[in-house]
Amino acid sequence: MKKVIKPSDPLIALQEFTAARIAIGRAGTSIPLKQSLEFKLAHAHARDAVYSELDLNGLTEKLKQFTLPVRYLHSMAGYREQYLQRPDLGRKLNEESLAELADHTQPTDVVIIIADGLSATAINLNVMGLLQQLIPLLRTADFMLADIVMVKQARVAIGDEIASSLKAKLSLVLIGERPGLSSADSIGAYLTYNPKPGLTDELRNCVSNIRPNGLNYKQASKKIFYLVQEAFKRKLSGVELKDNAGLLSGK
Amino acid sequence: MYRHTIKGKVYRFKDLKDLLAKASPYRSGDELAGICAASYEERVAAQITLADVPLKTFLNEAVIPYEKDEITRLIIDTHDAKAFEPISHLTIGDFCDWLLSDHTTCDTLKEISTGITPEMIAAVSKLMRNQDLIAVAKKCEVVTRFRNTIGLKGHFSTRLQPNHPTDDPKGVAASIIDGLLYGSGDAVIGINPATDSPAAVADLLRLIDTFRQQFEIPAQSCVLSHITTTIQLINEGAPVDLCFQSIAGTERTNSSFGVNLALLDEAYRATLSLNRGTVGNNVMYFETGQGSCLSANANFGVDQQTCEARAYAVARKYNPLLVNTVVGFIGPEYLYDGKQIIRAALEDHFCGKLLGLPMGVDACYTNHAEADQDDMDNLLTLLGVAGCNFVMGIPGSDDIMLNYQSTSFHDALYLRKVLGLRPAPEFEQWLIKQGIVDDKGNLLSVNDSHGLLAGGRL
Repeated sequence: MKKVIKPSDPLIALQEFTAARIAIGRAGTSIPLKQSLEFKLAHAHARDAVYSELDLNGLTEKLKQFTLPVRYLHSMAGYREQYLQRPDLGRKLNEESLAELADHTQPTDVVIIIADGLSATAINLNVMGLLQQLIPLLRTADFMLADIVMVKQARVAIGDEIASSLKAKLSLVLIGERPGLSSADSIGAYLTYNPKPGLTDELRNCVSNIRPNGLNYKQASKKIFYLVQEAFKRKLSGVELKDNAGLLSGK
Repeated sequence: MYRHTIKGKVYRFKDLKDLLAKASPYRSGDELAGICAASYEERVAAQITLADVPLKTFLNEAVIPYEKDEITRLIIDTHDAKAFEPISHLTIGDFCDWLLSDHTTCDTLKEISTGITPEMIAAVSKLMRNQDLIAVAKKCEVVTRFRNTIGLKGHFSTRLQPNHPTDDPKGVAASIIDGLLYGSGDAVIGINPATDSPAAVADLLRLIDTFRQQFEIPAQSCVLSHITTTIQLINEGAPVDLCFQSIAGTERTNSSFGVNLALLDEAYRATLSLNRGTVGNNVMYFETGQGSCLSANANFGVDQQTCEARAYAVARKYNPLLVNTVVGFIGPEYLYDGKQIIRAALEDHFCGKLLGLPMGVDACYTNHAEADQDDMDNLLTLLGVAGCNFVMGIPGSDDIMLNYQSTSFHDALYLRKVLGLRPAPEFEQWLIKQGIVDDKGNLLSVNDSHGLLAGGRL
């Protein structure tokens, strides 16, 4: 009897050249169930990541090792569905959070802002590993660190408002990136010198795909640290900084 | 000022732009722009009001001022009064019924095509149900040619999209071979390059061109680089079949893309001069998508669907081979869920077809949209019924470079099977000759001695 389902595919040898879903065979002309379920699982991980929440208690406990005060803020987006449809609200702090920052007077160099973005999972899994490499580097270079900030329902630009309230010369936003099917746990690091509300993205530098199987903690910390030093040296960030940083093109 | 009263409540719409926005079926992008109707009742009040607006009004009231926008000038200056004549007495509501009428056929629609403006067709689409958008688009036949014939009734094509995160030639070639063996690629073999560097783009162009010539594939290739890169490569003698560009419906948005009508004119002339088409010379490939004008902060208070239709005025100036609305790529702040994505795709396909364009749809979504592959199955099936010219073919629906999900090689085969559709005729003959399909269009099993695998020499 002829086989109905054809699990193997003569193209399997081509799979070594790409991570694309080639040579997946067919059932009739449709995608075989096994491959269909693999796809669904990858999508499920991505969807769960979009709706995941920052583990504030767990992270707070682990952050104690850095002996820095921690502040908890929230954007104007009240809940996830609103966050997804109103990016403008995710870029601004709610009233309570603004009040929380109002008392701050002492200037600092760098503020580290931990934001959920589109994957709190990425933060929950990978932010500690990154900070354990990065904070010692910043401290050896004598950068004065502001309170660590954790902010929920946040977009990148919310860092501008936070950093200018905390009188920090540079903001470093560590945020969960939009999950892909191949990874749902990437952190993006956005660095802005002299941050203030209303800045646009060409004034930021981004180090992306930070996760153990992407740009690992150590590599990422080196890149970020390099950018921070250069930003302070040249008193700017963004496109102009990137253009002159030969180190960034290598690993 | 337009107005309508429902149960004693007076709804006022300050101009045509406001009326169009409020009459638009709900989508998150219009809410984000702050221009959509505030209630269900207001939306229907706007639709009732819009139905009574004469088509002629659209020739006298521009949604973006003539002096401020070259696309408005293009629309007004190229309006064909003679083609408009037969429908010039109609209101938007009459026009809706006229489009649906059994007396309005494919030929009738072709005759009036240059007489309708994007805003007219956008307006009528807002009053139509999904089935109306399908039924009327189905009447149209927009046929274009380069090395094969795309858009014939009963045929359905795909863009083979073999993207790779680092443009690795072997990785790209592997996806091309996989796709061809699934009968994909008759609309175009089109790569989104990871970098826009002219040298890298030229390498990819040569890769596909060599492969195409080696196997005598009656199809065209495209690397979707910026138009200025393509012009440069044409001047350097690279094998450019089609010239690609993303376009939108306002001058300011296009300028944020680094493009304008003068640049498009130049690119169109340069690509035509290569004369590489064998059965026709439609050489342009455009991509569009609702929400791009707001995203560029250049929507001027015009709703995203009307902006999108205005992009088609740009496209039709250049007799494109392919126009592709990339409908769910932009994200949930513009089209939130499967329902909004499906509606937008049907609107775009309808508006484009009525304006005489060879419409294809990238039926797709990102992971932060409320959508999944089931929504794409629904949309794909509706598009097949509506007579869409082409969709994307991506290995397993998963684009590993652009990180979004679209339709797969398998999906296109499903659609051809359930609706009895066939590939572009020249391409179908090639597939038969290669032993990839039989003469009834059934996919055949190939083994690893097949020429594409043995001769592809990776």
